[in-house]
Amino acid sequence: MKGAAGLWRFLLSELKPKGSLFTPFNLVSVPIMIAAAVILYIRFTHGLSAVTNLSQEVPWGLWKGLNVVTGVAFAGGAYVVTFLVYVLGQKRYHSIVRITVLNGFLAYVFYAGALLLDLGRPWKVINPIIGNSFGVSSVLFLVAWHFMLYMMAAFVEFSPAVAEWLGLRRLRRTLAALTLGAVVFGVTLSMLHQSGLGALFLMAKGKIHPLWYSEFIPLHFFVSSVFAGLSLVIFEGTLSRRVFRSRMSEEHHAHHDDIVLGLSKICAATMFAYLFLKVLDLVHGQKTGLLGTPMGHWYLVEIVGFVLVPMALFTEAVRWRSLWLAKTGAILTMLGIVLNRLNVSIVGFRWTEPVRYVPTPYEVVVTLGVIFAEIWVLRWVINRMPVLSESPAWVREEAAQPAIAERVAA
Amino acid sequence: MNRRGFLKTLGLAGATVACPRMSGAAEPESGVEPYGILVDTTLCAGCNSCTYACAEANGLPEPEDPEAVTKPTTDQWTAVKTWKTSKGDVSVKRQCMHCVSPACHSACLTSALDKTAEGPVVWREDKCMGCRFCMISCPFDGPKFEYSSTKPRIRKCVMCADRLRKGGEPACVENCPEGALTFGKRGDLLRTAHKRIADQPDKYVDHIYGEREVGGTSWLYLAGVPFEELGFPTDVGEKPYPELTASFLYSVPMVLTLAPALMLGVARATHRDEDETAGEAANDGAANGGEEERS
Repeated sequence: MKGAAGLWRFLLSELKPKGSLFTPFNLVSVPIMIAAAVILYIRFTHGLSAVTNLSQEVPWGLWKGLNVVTGVAFAGGAYVVTFLVYVLGQKRYHSIVRITVLNGFLAYVFYAGALLLDLGRPWKVINPIIGNSFGVSSVLFLVAWHFMLYMMAAFVEFSPAVAEWLGLRRLRRTLAALTLGAVVFGVTLSMLHQSGLGALFLMAKGKIHPLWYSEFIPLHFFVSSVFAGLSLVIFEGTLSRRVFRSRMSEEHHAHHDDIVLGLSKICAATMFAYLFLKVLDLVHGQKTGLLGTPMGHWYLVEIVGFVLVPMALFTEAVRWRSLWLAKTGAILTMLGIVLNRLNVSIVGFRWTEPVRYVPTPYEVVVTLGVIFAEIWVLRWVINRMPVLSESPAWVREEAAQPAIAERVAA
Repeated sequence: MNRRGFLKTLGLAGATVACPRMSGAAEPESGVEPYGILVDTTLCAGCNSCTYACAEANGLPEPEDPEAVTKPTTDQWTAVKTWKTSKGDVSVKRQCMHCVSPACHSACLTSALDKTAEGPVVWREDKCMGCRFCMISCPFDGPKFEYSSTKPRIRKCVMCADRLRKGGEPACVENCPEGALTFGKRGDLLRTAHKRIADQPDKYVDHIYGEREVGGTSWLYLAGVPFEELGFPTDVGEKPYPELTASFLYSVPMVLTLAPALMLGVARATHRDEDETAGEAANDGAANGGEEERS
């Protein structure tokens, strides 16, 4: 292990950017992040009304609807992939565990963190945590606690990579031993807060258009978080193969096609289940008559164009082993998730009001700024830690030993 | 840390997260019979005396043009709107309904919105973090939020909770010149209202708004025309709103206990297989990279 001073110097040197600063991504993202920071300064010095279009009728806007509700759905890949690898023992997905967990963890940090920007009284955010005022009958209480605990679980899942980066051998072994526990805990929490995000809207009955309101909305949110998360994994993998080609291990390259097609299969299956739930809700809730209205057409666009079509694409992708079809399916699915979450939280919310909520450009800039900030941190970590690349040699040498010991004992 | 240690932690965390009090405090536990206010819209003249009295009693800015304000706002907790109905103009005072089982209280993750035993639903400044989930959940749009403030508060009628505690009446009731507002125990008010309907069946529709809506509200309304004509939400149902989330919350402890057990079992089963075949199971630290030599 390095000395403390050595470690410090190492950390300082790692803060420096790697690669060119003037990439197209940087040129777009930096001005937006700066603008977002300015807008947030105004928001905190002049109140929410200075930059948002929120009203007494529509108290949750783009920051909650897109960053929190949609962003967290996309983070669902982490619990699905860790479940596959550590609980079901599907080792072929092993090479994408770290990138997925990292993505999930950062999504929670930034998107659940975006909640703070939207809170009117953020200095009181500690209240539901320290227990001087537990609102235990609140779905939001549950969601907030699960966000927090899940962030910890996801960090534990990712932490061996940090230890490898810092060269902390003993710590790595301890952290690695926690992985299964963290995964099991994390999957449980994810099931509950993905559905919990849907349950937030249960009491908005009568405010949300009946085509999007359902007593089964927690189940809809949970099931759709599976294919939302996996579609992001597929999409993200495509980008990574271009952007981080040099950082990618051979294992990662070798398994890429199989992984994409395997995930496509899971997407297709869960989307089928989701469609079934939606049709059930439509028929059982006697809402089919609403399909002829303008909102009904919009509903059909979402369900047919962005669930049924990508489901078919995924199915065909598996059949023809076509990566291209799988990736198209993933992109359509992601758009569908954005549509669905915004339809529930914004478009279908108070659909009868004469003055509809439309986000201000400021709200849009902040939303983009949060997303870019997450990508910046993601990129910083990928460029330094063994996320896509192989673990250092010492890790693999060590990994062989306990297995041998266990076999002897058995 | 081993599996057992982990399970212990899980148990502790589960106990804190998984045992919510399920319903949103529907029944008064103290045995105090809650108060209510009966509004007889057939008597209301729309004079806005209640609006002025409310502002004075609660330290709100004096209403400049209360007739222009048709919905309660952050600065004007009571609003009288005149509706064109099948029986001519009818004025209706609206404010927070002070539900018997308030959605806002059950929604609030810090218990900032508190249902008092006497009936009023009050907001507690030291608790609230400004998430506005109460506003999403309230079927009557009761809570209003100060968007333009850097220290925003939730503002709404508090049914003069302080005056009630001192044995007084809400300011609006005290200052109504037409006797359209009656203060009393909710049970008594319901009896009064039913009697009025029975005595003058031609004057009133046979419906007390708030008797059963959303499980009952502290504010009760009598009217001569159907309540749809007066802008009352008639699709809110008779189930208390907190029950809409109750079944979800009930399932939480179950998932928290069953899912980990199931998953650990499955993991154990699949990993034992691997011990015999691949021999690489114990160290699960997600070491990146295959077993092959690096080039």
